Amino acid sequence: MGLLSLAIWTPIAFGVLLLAFGRDKHAGAVRWLALVGALAGFAVTLPLYDGFKLGTAAMQFVEKTPWIEGFNIFYHLGVDGISFWFVPLTAFITVIVVIASWESITVRVNQYMGAFLILSGLMIGVFAALDGMLFYVFFEATLIPMYLIIGIWGGPNKIYAAFKFFLYTLLGSLLMLIALIYLYNQSAGSFDIATWHALPLDGRTQTLLFFAFLAAFAVKVPMWPVHTWLPDVHVEAPTGGSAVLAAIMLKLGAYGFLRFSLPIAPDASREWAWLMIALSLIAVIYVGLVAMVQKDMKKLVAYSSVAHMGFVTLGFFVFNDLGVSGGIVQMIAHGFVSAAMFLSIGVLYDRMHSREIADYGGVVNTMPNFAAFALLFTMANCGLPGTAGFVGEWMVILAAVKANFWIGLAAASALIWGAAYSLWMFKRVYLGPVGNSNVKALLDISSREFFVLAMLAFAVLYMGLYPRPFTDVMDASVAELLKHVALSKLN
Amino acid sequence: MIDNISWLAIYPEILLLVMACVITLVDLGVSSPRRTGTFVLTMLTLAVVAVLQGVYASSGNTFYGFGNMVVSDAMGNWLKCFATLAMMVTLVYGRPYAGDRGMLRGGELFTLGMFSLLGMFIMIGGNNFLVIYLGLELLTLSSYALVALRRDNATASEAAMKYFVLGAMASGFLLYGLSMLYGATGSLDIGEVFKAVNSGQIRHQVLVFGLVFVVAGLAFKLGAVPFHMWVPDVYHGAPTVVTLMIGGAPKLAAFAIVMRLLVDGLLPLAIDWQQMLAVLAVGSLLVGNLAAIAQTNLKRMLAYSTISQMGFVLLGLMSGVVHGHVDAATVEAAYSASMFYVVTYVLTTLAAFGVILLLTREGFESEEISDMAGLNQRSPLYAGILALCLFSMAGIPPMVGFYAKLSVLQALLASGQTPYIVMAVFAVLMSLVGAFYYLRVVKVMYFDAPLTTTTISAPLDVRMVLTLNGALLLVLGLFPGGLMSLCADAIMRSLSS
Repeated sequence: MGLLSLAIWTPIAFGVLLLAFGRDKHAGAVRWLALVGALAGFAVTLPLYDGFKLGTAAMQFVEKTPWIEGFNIFYHLGVDGISFWFVPLTAFITVIVVIASWESITVRVNQYMGAFLILSGLMIGVFAALDGMLFYVFFEATLIPMYLIIGIWGGPNKIYAAFKFFLYTLLGSLLMLIALIYLYNQSAGSFDIATWHALPLDGRTQTLLFFAFLAAFAVKVPMWPVHTWLPDVHVEAPTGGSAVLAAIMLKLGAYGFLRFSLPIAPDASREWAWLMIALSLIAVIYVGLVAMVQKDMKKLVAYSSVAHMGFVTLGFFVFNDLGVSGGIVQMIAHGFVSAAMFLSIGVLYDRMHSREIADYGGVVNTMPNFAAFALLFTMANCGLPGTAGFVGEWMVILAAVKANFWIGLAAASALIWGAAYSLWMFKRVYLGPVGNSNVKALLDISSREFFVLAMLAFAVLYMGLYPRPFTDVMDASVAELLKHVALSKLN
Repeated sequence: MIDNISWLAIYPEILLLVMACVITLVDLGVSSPRRTGTFVLTMLTLAVVAVLQGVYASSGNTFYGFGNMVVSDAMGNWLKCFATLAMMVTLVYGRPYAGDRGMLRGGELFTLGMFSLLGMFIMIGGNNFLVIYLGLELLTLSSYALVALRRDNATASEAAMKYFVLGAMASGFLLYGLSMLYGATGSLDIGEVFKAVNSGQIRHQVLVFGLVFVVAGLAFKLGAVPFHMWVPDVYHGAPTVVTLMIGGAPKLAAFAIVMRLLVDGLLPLAIDWQQMLAVLAVGSLLVGNLAAIAQTNLKRMLAYSTISQMGFVLLGLMSGVVHGHVDAATVEAAYSASMFYVVTYVLTTLAAFGVILLLTREGFESEEISDMAGLNQRSPLYAGILALCLFSMAGIPPMVGFYAKLSVLQALLASGQTPYIVMAVFAVLMSLVGAFYYLRVVKVMYFDAPLTTTTISAPLDVRMVLTLNGALLLVLGLFPGGLMSLCADAIMRSLSS
């Protein structure tokens, strides 16, 4: 069994084991077992970093065995510079979520932890799959655990949110399924993604395929105007669900653009780049403004996620290496920062059971340690230099200016909106005099919470101060991708 | 001419017939309230028949008996084998339910089940219009009686009446269509009919006239729109164990006679019947999925869901021939996709009804969707099994139902024809609608609080078979290749002979 298989199946095996644990009689043991599973899942991704060869765009750690012979489907795994970082990132966030949910989840603990571990394995599968159908199976299968996580442990309006999440994303991916089967027939019976990359396609076909993929990935990212499911779902999802959703699941869509849309339909991608750039800028500016007027903290962070993902898609569709690398860096950084933001809100919610900004005020007086972390994450969210949030945004803005000054200017304005909504929220929640008696009674974070936030803070600062390990890994693959996209596939 | 080959072709049928009669007699001496003796004997018989059919099927040989009246080929033998297994599973799930409702005062449930299985065998193995018709009548007559088995129950009697009247009409349609074809071609033998039609000597109008009636009769048996009206009422009204007997294994036989009549017999008319199937498929997908949303009764919802699933089977059946051009690879891909779909559909239906049967208690029918509330808290295992079924029916990977939909969509898209592609898009949009009502049941099971805390107890045999059945949905989803190539191989061997 290869390293990637281990990274996928270790958490899933632990998750299935947890499901077999029955009721809540052994909640304590279940939590520890989940932690062991998450740590084991993270540990098996570490040798990947050691073994990853820089300077090549080839797929690494490749595993290929026939899976469904009748359809020529292979169990084909591998990572390149584009997908590599998401494997350890997913496993890392899973560890964080397991620890962060230690006390806040008290009912059906085994199912909760099991769902997260299974979800973790499935998402790693999405990033590692090199066979179109294998990708689709992992991509769709992630819906089931997330649906249950939102629906069982979510807030008051959880059922609406769970359905909205499931059906919205299913609609997009069903159109992608048609596109995948169409490509299978066009390529004389192959589901191999690399084969599809080399497949010549005429302009009309490329356009149709591009929009079929767009339907799946735009909903997942989510791009304006199909982003409306995200705030609803974030508000209702339990803290851990929000963290995984924002940190990893949104990236599945953005990753899809790089693996499918751009290389399979390069001419259509270039033809429709104006549309993608326009949608991205609307997300960055308009959704950023929408975030500012939110009264609910989770909703605010959710809208800010949409705005940040706008940077990602903007970077992809200006077609230069700075933009694409910047987009990927932004994906990783947003993984850390959004997880940290949602977990911070979770810390407050566990104590006050409210996400309304108006219910807080002056939290810094009663929770100084926590407020220090929150300040760091807020700064990272608005892209302060020295934090992870800065690197990706800066790269994308530079890339956009290279492509067109006005696009760059519009994108850069987002730094203002981002600072505005992030800092204004920080001011209203944390600063000023103690808002009410509930805030006065708050206890500062426990050592468990401190540990979780400290790990994320370390990641955010490390990536902000020394992003080289991240960019080095992706350089060769990004260059190769752009070279491929620049060539026309029309025949 | 009756020779050894002839006998060989129908050994399993003979065994089934003899044992059904023997068990009817033996049952008179059984006095236990759950008919344990009858049950064990029935299961043993069915197990031997299933093994026998499995041996026939894996040899892959095709041979004809009784002057081409019956055929024993790979497709038929596998379908018979699966039908037998489905009947065994149905009886295991249904025995406690039937016992609680006074349906086991006599052994009719078992013997009628065996006779209906015999009817399916004759339908599947028939190579002659009249033989197929006889098999169909044996199956449906047994089914009418089974639906009416709770004769003191008003809804069941009403359902039986409805089923009988509409079923008799459909049989009439089918028989009338077959007689038209007989009149035009001069033969009841499917091979001869094929030759006659293929010669192009026969007036097209007469053939199409007969064909319309045949397709209508088949559509009724499959439960396709607009011949679907009986399905919700009978599913709802019949005792749940009988619903499973009607909704499970007989779909395999219905698929087989569609193959025998339309493909083996009337393939040269494919252009004509494909259009009819297309209309039936689109109607079934539309009506089945939309009407299912409005249901509050789980059995009715599953009935409408069956209608929509049959729409998918029909989509596979209609995509085998493109522009009247018969190409071996396309034909094999399309029909094996349909066969795979039917087999996985039966497997899923068995598990879903298995859970419903298990939740019923004496004097309590657990068939409203709201009865499933909080099932996850009462029993995570059974909630998990039903969730697997529902996700599988919705076509979400990695459940086996996804690969069934994938095969059918691939068969449609492989044609490259724009109307077929449009239909594929329509089908996936309808499965989005489908996902909504399947998810609603998952929601009730997982998100709602339980209305009752009664513990769920089940006999060991039910528990084991049900767990195995649920696990198979996932295992076949992770490794669907084996069953897929089995279907492809069976279709290829059957068509090439």
